[in-house]
Amino acid sequence: MSLISCENLSLGYDGHVIVRDLSFRVESGDYLCIVGENGSGKSTLMRTILGLQAPMAGRIEFGDGLLRTQIGYLPQQTQVQRDFPASVREIVLSGCQNRQGLRPFYTRKEKEIARGNMEKLGLLPLARRCYRELSGGQQQRVLLARALCATQRILLLDEPVSGLDPIVTAEMYDTVERLNREEGIAVVMISHDIDAAMRYASHILQIGSDLFFGTCAEYAESGPVLTAERRQA
Amino acid sequence: MSGVLEKLAQYLAFPFVRYALIVGVLIALCSALLGVTLVLKRFSFIGDGLSHVAFGAMAIASVLKLTDQMPLTLVLTILCAVLLLRTGQNAKIHGDAAVAMISVGALAIGYLLLNLFSTSGNLSGDVCSTLFGSTSILTLTKTQVVLSGVLSLIVVAVFVLFYDKIFSVTFDETFARATGTRAEACNLLIAVVIAVIIVLAMNLVGSLLISALVIFPALSAMRLFKSFLSVTVCSAVLSVCCAVLGILISILAGTPVGSTIVAADLVCFILCSLIGAIRGGA
Ligand SMILES: Nc1ncnc2c1ncn2[C@@H]1O[C@H](COP(=O)(O)OP(=O)(O)OP(=O)(O)O)[C@@H](O)[C@H]1O
Ligand SMILES: [Mg+2]
Repeated sequence: MSLISCENLSLGYDGHVIVRDLSFRVESGDYLCIVGENGSGKSTLMRTILGLQAPMAGRIEFGDGLLRTQIGYLPQQTQVQRDFPASVREIVLSGCQNRQGLRPFYTRKEKEIARGNMEKLGLLPLARRCYRELSGGQQQRVLLARALCATQRILLLDEPVSGLDPIVTAEMYDTVERLNREEGIAVVMISHDIDAAMRYASHILQIGSDLFFGTCAEYAESGPVLTAERRQA
Repeated sequence: MSGVLEKLAQYLAFPFVRYALIVGVLIALCSALLGVTLVLKRFSFIGDGLSHVAFGAMAIASVLKLTDQMPLTLVLTILCAVLLLRTGQNAKIHGDAAVAMISVGALAIGYLLLNLFSTSGNLSGDVCSTLFGSTSILTLTKTQVVLSGVLSLIVVAVFVLFYDKIFSVTFDETFARATGTRAEACNLLIAVVIAVIIVLAMNLVGSLLISALVIFPALSAMRLFKSFLSVTVCSAVLSVCCAVLGILISILAGTPVGSTIVAADLVCFILCSLIGAIRGGA
C-alpha cells in the first residue's frame, strides 16, 4: 500500500481548474521531486494533499497507517511578522501539536523528540535564540525541525532552498537526503532546480502544460522538456 | 510617607476598595494574557470594535431597566465577536470595514437609545462613566464581584490549558491546520474569550479605554523579551502591577480609575521602550 496515492486529481480555486487529471503515488522511502513552472499549481497540490483545501475532483488516499495530520510540512513562505517573539525551541516543539490532541501541555517524551530533532539539524546552540533574529538558512532549518516533529514517515517540502546561498543550499539537500536514506522518511519536494532533482530524487512529478510522473531514469529518457527551467539553465 | 500608608490602610478597610483591587488585578491579568495573542494575530482591531459593541449592549440593557446589566452585555458582545470573526475570515468582505461598521453603529445606537429612553437625570454623566469607567469599579455589587472573579478565573484557566494551541495558531495558522489543529475552533475560542474580557474590563476602565489595557502590556513586554512564554508572563506581571498602582493612586489622589491605570500602562510602555532601546543599542 502506498503512503499517498492520488487518482485523477483536479486542483484549483473557486471553480477554476488549474491542474487536471493528476495521478501519482508516493511509496514509503521514496524521494519525489515536483517540478513545473511558476503558477503551475505545485503549492496548490501540496495544500490539497494536506487537506488545507478540497480537491475539485478525484481522490487522495493515505495508506500504510499514515494519517493526514502526521505529515511534516515546510511551507513555501511562512508569514511570520517581523516582531513575533518566539524562541527556536518553542517553534520546534509546536511541531508536536498533532500528538497532543486535546490534552494540554507537552509531555516529557514530546520535549525529548523536539530536542532530538534540534540536535539532528544542529540547532541546539540556537535553542534559546529568537526566531526572527536568525538568518534565512537557520530559519529554514528550524521549520524543518518542526516538520520532523510532526512526522516519522513523510515530509512535504515546498521550495526549501529558495533564497539560500549555494553552500547552505547544498547543506539543506544533504540534510534532506540523510533523513531520506538513514531514517527512511519519504520526501516530497517542490523544486525549481532540475539538476538537483535528478541527482537526489528517485521520482519526478512534473505538472503544468505537460504532465509527467515516473522515475528519474524514465524522466531523463522521455520526460517532457521543462521549457522554463531549461531556458534558464 | 507614613501618612500615605495610613490613608491607604484606612481605605483598604472598606470592602468595596478591596473588591475593586481584586477584580482589577484579575481583569488586568486576563487582558494582558490574551493581549499578546491579540496583538500578534492582528486581532486588536476586533478588540477595539467589540468594546464599542459592549457600550451599545450596555445601553440596551439599561433601557430595558435590567438590575444587572452584565449578563445581557456579555451575551450580545460574544455574539458580535463570533459574527466579526466570521466576516473577518470571509475574504470577500473586508474584515476591518465590517468591524468599523459594527462598532460605530453600536456606539451610535447605544447613545441614541440612552437619549430616547433614559429616565436618569444625569445622562451625560452615565454615558461618560460607561465610556471612561470613571467610578464603576468602586460601586460594584457583590454579585458583580463574584461574577467578574469567576469569569476571569475561567479565562485564565482556558488560556493555560490551551496555551500550546494558542501559540501554534498564532505563530503559523497554516502549519497548525495541516497538522490537525482545529484552527477555526481555536480562533472562535479566542474571540469569545476576548468578548468576555472586554465586558469585564468595562467595569474597570470603561469601553473606550479597554484597548489600552489589552495592548499596552503586550507591547511593553515585546520590547524586553523574545520568547512567547517570557513575553506572556512579563505582560501579565506588568499589567497587574500597573492596575494595582493605578487603582491605589486613583484612590489616594481622587483621579478617575480607568484613565489612571491606562496612564500607568503608558508610562510603563515608555520605560520598557527606553530599556529595550538601550539594550539593543549597547
Ligand atoms: N488563494 C488563491 N486563490 C485563487 N487562486 C490562487 C490562490 N493561490 C494561488 N492561486 C492561483 O493558482 C495557481 C497555482 O498557484 P501555486 O501557488 O500552486 O503555484 P506554484 O506552482 O506553487 O508556483 P510557484 O513556483 O511560483 O510557487 C496560480 O495561477 C495562482 O494564481
Ligand atoms: Mg509554490
